[in-house]
Amino acid sequence: MVEAVWLTLKLATVTTVLLLLLATPLAWWLARGRSPLKPVVGALVALPIVLPPTVLGFYLLIALGPESPLMALLRPVGIRTLAFTFEGLVVGSLIYSLPFAVQPLRNAFLAVGDEPLEAAATLGAGKADVFARVALPLALPGYAVAALLAFAHTIGEFGVVMMLGGGIPGETQVLSIEIYRLVESLEWDKAHQLSALLLAFGFLAALTLLLMEKRRSAQA
Amino acid sequence: MSATRRPLIAAALATALSMIAGAAFAGETKVAVAANFTEPAKAIAARFEKATGHKATLSFGSSGQFYAQIANGAPYEVFLSADVERPQKAEADGLAVPGSRFTYATGRLVLWSKTPGLVDGQGAVLAKGRFQKLSIADPKAAPYGLAAVETLTKLKLYDGLKPKIVTGSSITQAYQYVQTGAAELGFVALSQVVDDKGGSRWVVPKADHTPIDQQAVLLNTGSSSEAAKAFLTFLKGREAKAIIRRYGYEVR
Repeated sequence: MVEAVWLTLKLATVTTVLLLLLATPLAWWLARGRSPLKPVVGALVALPIVLPPTVLGFYLLIALGPESPLMALLRPVGIRTLAFTFEGLVVGSLIYSLPFAVQPLRNAFLAVGDEPLEAAATLGAGKADVFARVALPLALPGYAVAALLAFAHTIGEFGVVMMLGGGIPGETQVLSIEIYRLVESLEWDKAHQLSALLLAFGFLAALTLLLMEKRRSAQA
Repeated sequence: MSATRRPLIAAALATALSMIAGAAFAGETKVAVAANFTEPAKAIAARFEKATGHKATLSFGSSGQFYAQIANGAPYEVFLSADVERPQKAEADGLAVPGSRFTYATGRLVLWSKTPGLVDGQGAVLAKGRFQKLSIADPKAAPYGLAAVETLTKLKLYDGLKPKIVTGSSITQAYQYVQTGAAELGFVALSQVVDDKGGSRWVVPKADHTPIDQQAVLLNTGSSSEAAKAFLTFLKGREAKAIIRRYGYEVR
């Protein structure tokens, strides 16, 4: 049980850090880009919200399995399959939690508005400077929301890890899977303990989000 | 009214009455069916409806999930579990009608691969270990998983193969891992591959593991349902047994 808690925290942390890095350029482009492809990419990013996680898990199981063309591309670097591995779960979680990181960031970048960026540019700041010194600090509250949402959603992920994980203790057997197994194997006492833990975590996450929202609207 | 028409009216009346009576007697029963028994259960329910006029509404899922639902008031009347433990527990916990429990099918375990020639007829492939992943069902939740572990233990291969084992939450998932190629081979139910002409297999001898008995039980919610009782009677009958055998199970 402790192993599952630890593994879940590790997965959520790795996923959140990677997601913030990946989501930053994506959200920036979605907020400020001018490409006609924006709605299409936006829809792709939002897909995990509307897609049943089992669908995602099923396709990931195929895409990350040894018979997929994707894995054939990775064979030269010695990777045969990502199914049943921690890395595979990270890939799955990145996709699964992507919209929860991208959307708050996109909103934050939109909220920055044109004026501060234009002002900075007029004062001679380069594009990277404008982003790092003006946009990023203004968008920081968005980062807090994105991090919390991505973390919480990865903690609670079930369908994807169910399909892709293979239930290997310490490697892929995360909390939600552990709880499912405990209920299935009639060990309801332990299932209660872990479920209560997740319930408390979920409540705290929701409460934090609300408080952050309140503070932000008070500032505005 | 002429005398010649009277028998006709009588016949029409009799027909109408028997239809009303039929409708009154024909009931419906809700049956929770372990996922591995999906196909035979569908075939049996269709035959049952023809033979008795009762309708069996089937729900498919895992036995563990059904047990949790039944313990919390799910409206199923009959429980076809994938094991003995859960019907037994339902009886012990006062959720089922005492004495209604019986084994309706006995599963056979098979080591199966999609790749022709990978699995030999004696299961020697396990000792050679020329594979990356071997899928089994969760031994704690699924009797097929337990049987797989017992078989490996008997062959003295369990500890050595442990790093290669991936565990599906159910026998369906263990099968799915092999089917998608994520695992090269796996211990699955014979019923899952009975119609599959390709691949390669080793049907594990019965003596290598505890029998995979699947039991049925009449739940309290169905104790006064004619349709529920009739379904269980039908399940014990010759016609149902023939169907069950055809799907790769044994029947006693």
